[in-house]
Amino acid sequence: MYKRLVPIALAVCGLVALPIWASTSAMDIANQILLASIGAIALMLLTGFAGQISLGHAGLLAAGAFTAGILAREVGAPFWVGIPAAGATGAMLGLIFGLPSLRLRGIYLAVSTLALHFVVIYLGGEYETRRGFSTGILIDPPLVFGRELWDPRDWYPLLLVCAGLTWLGARNLLRARTGRSWAAIHDTEPVAAALGIHVARAKLTAFVISSTITAMAGALFAYYRGFVSIEAFSLFVTIQYVAMIIIGGMGTLIGAVLGAAFVTILPHAIEWGTSLLPTSRALAGSIFAINYAAFGVIMIAFLALEPGGLVGIARRLRGLIRGRG
Amino acid sequence: MQLIVNIVVLTSIYALVSCGYVLIYRVSRVLNLAHGELMMVGAYLLLVTAGYVTNPMVAIPLAAILSLTMGALVYLLLMRRMTGESVLAAILTTIALGILLRGLIVIFFSAAHQYPSVPLGLHSSSIQILPGARISTLSLVLVLVTAAVYGSLFAALRLSRWGLRMRAAGQNPLLAAQRGINLHFIYALVWGIAMFTGSVAGMLISLDAGLDQTLVLIGLKAFPAALVGGLDSLLGALVGSLIVAAAEVLLIQYVNPLLADVVPFLILIAMLVLRPWGLFGTREALDRV
Repeated sequence: MYKRLVPIALAVCGLVALPIWASTSAMDIANQILLASIGAIALMLLTGFAGQISLGHAGLLAAGAFTAGILAREVGAPFWVGIPAAGATGAMLGLIFGLPSLRLRGIYLAVSTLALHFVVIYLGGEYETRRGFSTGILIDPPLVFGRELWDPRDWYPLLLVCAGLTWLGARNLLRARTGRSWAAIHDTEPVAAALGIHVARAKLTAFVISSTITAMAGALFAYYRGFVSIEAFSLFVTIQYVAMIIIGGMGTLIGAVLGAAFVTILPHAIEWGTSLLPTSRALAGSIFAINYAAFGVIMIAFLALEPGGLVGIARRLRGLIRGRG
Repeated sequence: MQLIVNIVVLTSIYALVSCGYVLIYRVSRVLNLAHGELMMVGAYLLLVTAGYVTNPMVAIPLAAILSLTMGALVYLLLMRRMTGESVLAAILTTIALGILLRGLIVIFFSAAHQYPSVPLGLHSSSIQILPGARISTLSLVLVLVTAAVYGSLFAALRLSRWGLRMRAAGQNPLLAAQRGINLHFIYALVWGIAMFTGSVAGMLISLDAGLDQTLVLIGLKAFPAALVGGLDSLLGALVGSLIVAAAEVLLIQYVNPLLADVVPFLILIAMLVLRPWGLFGTREALDRV
C-alpha cells in the first residue's frame, strides 16, 4: 500500500512545484495539457470504459465554450455561473447525443455523433454572424477568488485542481456501481441486461456524465484563451481527442492523461525539431502540414502496432524488467 | 429550370463520390472516412500527370489508373492489417490516413489554389440545353460520367463473375473464402474502384472549379447521401444523393445560404432517428457492425 503511495506523492509534489522552475511558455503548455486531460478523461469514460463511440467531442467542447462565451458577453455572467451553465448545456446535449445510442451501434453511432458536431458548429457560426462577432467572441479574464486570471502562472493552480477533481471523480465513479455497469455493457449488452443492468440508463448516464465534463472543459478553455470561435473546434479537434485515448491506452485513466500530454506536446516538439534542421526556413511555411502528417503516421502506428497505447508499452517494459530480474 | 439543372449536377457529384463509400462498406464492411482525402489525392494526381502530358485524353485516364492502383495499395499496405480489429479501430485508421494525406498534399503541392485545367488547355463554356437553363460543358460531362459509372457498376455487380464474387464477399466473408474466393484481392479491387470513382469526381470538379483542400468537404458531404440511401445499396446512394442535393439547392435558394454545409447532416440525423439503415439498405447491417 505505502509502496504505491510513494510514486503518487512524488507526482503530486512535482506537479505542485512545477511553477517554481518552469518558464511562462512551459506553464502555458502545462495548462493546455491539464485542459486536454479533462476532455480526454471525459472521452475515456465514454469510449474506453462504456464502449460508446463518439465523434462529436469537438462539438461538445464548442457547446461549453459558446455557452460560457455567450453568457459572459451578453449578460456579463461571472466565471462561477459560466462553468456550471456550460455543464448544464453539456448534460442536455449528452442526453441528445446519447439517445441515438439506444438504437444504434458501431459506425451508425459514430456517424450520428459526427452529425451533431456539425449542428453545434453551425449554431455557433450562426450566432457569430447574427451578432456581428464574425471572427469570434472575446471574453474578459475571469475573476476567481478575487483574482483576475490573466497569466498562465495564475491559471495553473485552478486547472490543476480541476483536472485533479475530474480524475478523482472519474476514479470513484468507475469503482462504484455506475462504472461496473459500464464495464458490463462494454463487454456484452445482452449479458449485462440479463445481470439486471438497465442498459439504456447506463448508456445515457455515460453520455451525460462525459458530455457534462467535456462542456465544462470547453468553457474552461474559452476562459483560458479569452476568445471563442468555431474555427477552434474543427473536426481535427475531435480526432486529436480520440487520438489521445488511443495513444494513451484504452480503458485506463492514466492513459487519458498520458495521451493528452503526448498530443499536446507533439506539435511543439515538431516545431522544435524542424528548427534544428538546416532547411528550417523552407519548412516553416508548411509546419502545419507536417503536424498533420506526423499526427496521421503516429495514430496509424499506434492503431496497427500497439493498440494498448503508451500504457501498453509501459506494461510490456515492466514485464521485461521483471522477467529479467 | 435552372434550379433543376443545378440539382441534377449536384446530385451527380454526390452520387459519383458516395458510390465509393457504398462499395467499400458493402464489400468489406469498413466505413472509409478518408474517402474525401483519397478523392482529393486523385485530383492532385491529375495535376501531376497534366505536368507531363498536355493532352487531356491521355492525362485524365492516366491519373485515373494511378488512383485505381493507389486505392488498391491503401488496402494492401494499410487496411489489410486492420482485419479482425474493432469497428472503431478501422474507422480511426481511415481517419488517420485522411489526416496524413491532407498533410502530405500540403507539403508536396502547397496550400495554394491551383488549376489543372490550365496545362490541359481546357476551358468550360456554358451551353443552352433547355429554354431558361444553362449548363457548363464540364458539368454535362460530369453528369454523363456519373450515369456511365453507375450503369457499369450495376452491370458489373449483377452480371460479371467478379461482381458476383464481390457480392459474395460482402454477404458472408467466411463462406466466400471457403469457396475459394481470394478475399484480399477482392477487397483491394474494391478499394481501387472506390478511389477510382472518387478521383474521377475530384478531377472533374477541380477542372471546373480549381483545386485546393476544400475539396475534402464535398467528400464529407457526400457521406450523408450514402447513408440516407443505405450504406450497402448503390441505388440508395443515387436516391440519397438526389435527396441531399435537392434539399441543399432549394434551401440555399429560398432560405439561407449558410445552411449549405449543415443540411446534409440534418437530413442524416432525421434518417438515423427514423430508419438508421437507410432507404434501401439491409436491416441486418445494423447488427453486423
